[in-house]
Amino acid sequence: MYKISKSSLILSISLIVIGLLSSIYAFMDDAHAAWTSLVFNNYFFLGISIFAVFFVALQHVAEAGWSTVIKRVPEAIMTFLPYACGIMIFIVVAALMHWNHIYHWLEPGIMTVGSENYDKIIAGKEAYLNPIFFLVRSLIYVVVWIYCAKRLRDISLQGDLEGGLGDKAYSKGITVSAWFIVFFAVSSSMAAWDWIMSIDTHWFSTLFGWYIFSEWAAIGFTTILLFCLFLRKQGYLQDLNQSIIHDLGKWVFAFSVVWTYMWFSQFMLIWYANIPEEVTYFMERIELPNYNFLFWFSAGLNFVVPTIVLMSRDSKRNSNNLIVACIVILIGHWINSYLLFAPGTLHDHGHLGFKEIGMGLGFVGLFLLIVFRSLTTRSLEIKHHPFLEESKHLHT
Amino acid sequence: MHKESEIRDPLILGNKTYHDITRDIARPVEGKANKYWWILFSLSVFLFLWGVGCMAYTIGTGIGAWGLNKTVNWAWDITNFVWWIGIGHAGTLISAVLLLFRQKWRMAINRSAEAMTIFGVVQAGLFPLIHMGRPWLAYWVFPFPNEYGPLWQNFNSPLLWDVFAISTYLTVSTVFWYIGLIPDFAMIRDRMSKTISPMKKQLYTLLAFGWSGRAKHWQRFEEVSLVLAGLATPLVFSVHSIVSMDFATSVIPGWHTTIFPPYFVLGALFSGFAMVETLLIIMRKVVNMEAYITIKHIEYMNVIILFTGSLVGTAYITELFMAWYSGVAFEQYAFLNRATGPYWWAYAAMMSCNVIIPQLYWIKSIRTSFIATFILSIFVNIGMWFERFVIIVTSLHRDFLPSSWTMFSPTFIDIGIFLGTIGFFFTLFLMYARTFPVVAQAELKTILKSSGSEYKNKTHE
Repeated sequence: MYKISKSSLILSISLIVIGLLSSIYAFMDDAHAAWTSLVFNNYFFLGISIFAVFFVALQHVAEAGWSTVIKRVPEAIMTFLPYACGIMIFIVVAALMHWNHIYHWLEPGIMTVGSENYDKIIAGKEAYLNPIFFLVRSLIYVVVWIYCAKRLRDISLQGDLEGGLGDKAYSKGITVSAWFIVFFAVSSSMAAWDWIMSIDTHWFSTLFGWYIFSEWAAIGFTTILLFCLFLRKQGYLQDLNQSIIHDLGKWVFAFSVVWTYMWFSQFMLIWYANIPEEVTYFMERIELPNYNFLFWFSAGLNFVVPTIVLMSRDSKRNSNNLIVACIVILIGHWINSYLLFAPGTLHDHGHLGFKEIGMGLGFVGLFLLIVFRSLTTRSLEIKHHPFLEESKHLHT
Repeated sequence: MHKESEIRDPLILGNKTYHDITRDIARPVEGKANKYWWILFSLSVFLFLWGVGCMAYTIGTGIGAWGLNKTVNWAWDITNFVWWIGIGHAGTLISAVLLLFRQKWRMAINRSAEAMTIFGVVQAGLFPLIHMGRPWLAYWVFPFPNEYGPLWQNFNSPLLWDVFAISTYLTVSTVFWYIGLIPDFAMIRDRMSKTISPMKKQLYTLLAFGWSGRAKHWQRFEEVSLVLAGLATPLVFSVHSIVSMDFATSVIPGWHTTIFPPYFVLGALFSGFAMVETLLIIMRKVVNMEAYITIKHIEYMNVIILFTGSLVGTAYITELFMAWYSGVAFEQYAFLNRATGPYWWAYAAMMSCNVIIPQLYWIKSIRTSFIATFILSIFVNIGMWFERFVIIVTSLHRDFLPSSWTMFSPTFIDIGIFLGTIGFFFTLFLMYARTFPVVAQAELKTILKSSGSEYKNKTHE
């Protein structure tokens, strides 16, 4: 059973305090920028926690044995999902109430012919982009995600208690996971269109949903790996051998490359065809001086660092090396997350500064506190899992 | 020590010993071909020759022999090209990606899947070649120091990227295949009698590269396999991504869409696995590999087909949705026309074969049946051909100028060339099945003591 150490507790609480103070200051200073900061920071941690659910589901349907001893880690990470989803729904409701102006298409009159705000292209999207449908869709995603997360957590515990091979919990886990993956395949793309792509309302890209999924996978694997390393350093997870760490490192590397592949595919095809409706998205990010550096820097960071640092076998077996690489990757994707939102909401006056970082640290603190607390609720040691021995004796 | 969970199904059936495996794998090479082999072989060679005739006619008279016109200036040629390239995807995925994932079930099927890859890419390569009109000038596609003045290849063109991507893929896949074959060629070499078949013995001696089975050889073998797997994995992605860019870099509605690269890769894996199943289900019967290519192997592949097919389905729906959502009239029309225009039947065939029919694999009894799998794999092969036809022809046949609107109908030459490549493909595969060890026996032996049925039964007692 994990026990939160005093220093971890102090760290997460002080981060939360920093976050609260920055948020208060941010909202008093420039509420529009503060809402953007809130939505992108929340998106980042929402991605990490929903990916933990996907990870567990994937292990079930793929009959994967290697990850059995670390399965408590994603199970703990997914307990942050209700918080992130709650904040997201709050942002959506606030947008509908016009407390914030993140979603340009919600402006009054934008879809009314004759209004001075009228925009013909946006009005053409009304069947999809309308307040009620938007809210209902958002609610469906989060309710199903949270439900599946809870089910998978319960089934995991049930498997530990029941014991025995080929048990009910094992096959039930596969069924729930398969349903979750089917739902997630659709809802992850739709959520990306709704919550992110619709900010740049005119713009569209068929790849967008998969691009966002690849980012969630990259930061999700990175976070799982960091928690595993942390817990082992603290003396927990004694069965966690170096081969499992190595495999997680491979996943972080692989999905960093997949993310780059998605990023490049979307960017290159739009750049090459140079169609006005589509290039505006990248023009805003490349030509505005406040985003130009961040745009190239985050893409470079997210690709070059994992490629150089995680390519070799030895480096994936060196914990310190992994920790540095993981933190850099998380920072790179955090900057990229900012770029998903800010150019569309703040245009030329967006600025990634202390207020955003402060709020981000607040999220880190809250995330750590929730995950640590969740780790204390069930034993880190797995029992009776049919693949437990495979995982304990994994050798690559 | 390596552990394997008891709940995993055995991958080698029938209580085989090491020697049994050697004998079973060597038998098709050492023995005589049966009646079925000769029937299939004659049919394939006939089709192949028919195709050669049609190709010769095309080269003799020009591309006008095909059904192309000014509006639909790309049709079956590129459809067949993409279809064959797609089929060539599963082999390297099975050998490279599944090797990195340490999936043991790959060992029974990787050899034949890789062979299929190479033979598939060969068929694909024929289409650009004959489309050139003057294939003897094909070397012009390669950038080399020349005397043509400032005339160089267009490096901005995805068609040139294709040349590099596909030739790299073919090279790496062939090397990968060959490296894996060396220990198995040595096995056949060692069994060949010098007196009874001296020529064969000499041939396999040459092919085996002096393999002795020393520890050092094995160490090098493992190392190079892993390096090649690392190289081949990004190639699996790059090849079909670049093929998709042949279309997606353009500004033609229906072609220019950002989801194309990953969606083409998934579609290629989908069609590749279907073709692997078509071939393996026949092969396991014809050359008696029932103990090695089991229903569990088929089930795993069916799960991959279900997964990739459904993702391809979500990509279809995404494209439809985005076309509407974009608000661009041309995009909207392109997709409306695709689904409900004069080629609606091709779209319907694509949707049903690729998305709806594979959903049957949710049912356990269907995904664990050889007959059902064989039938469904044929559906997928057909569906994926239609997918490329739909993308290519329905996007072209409604030009920007309504006065240029037209339809495409293939000539018998178009059809003949396509059938010819199918004949060529099966000719190569059937010859392979009689001369090569069709299962990677050396690798398979490494899992006999952990995944063989005899071992499994012992641990259960």
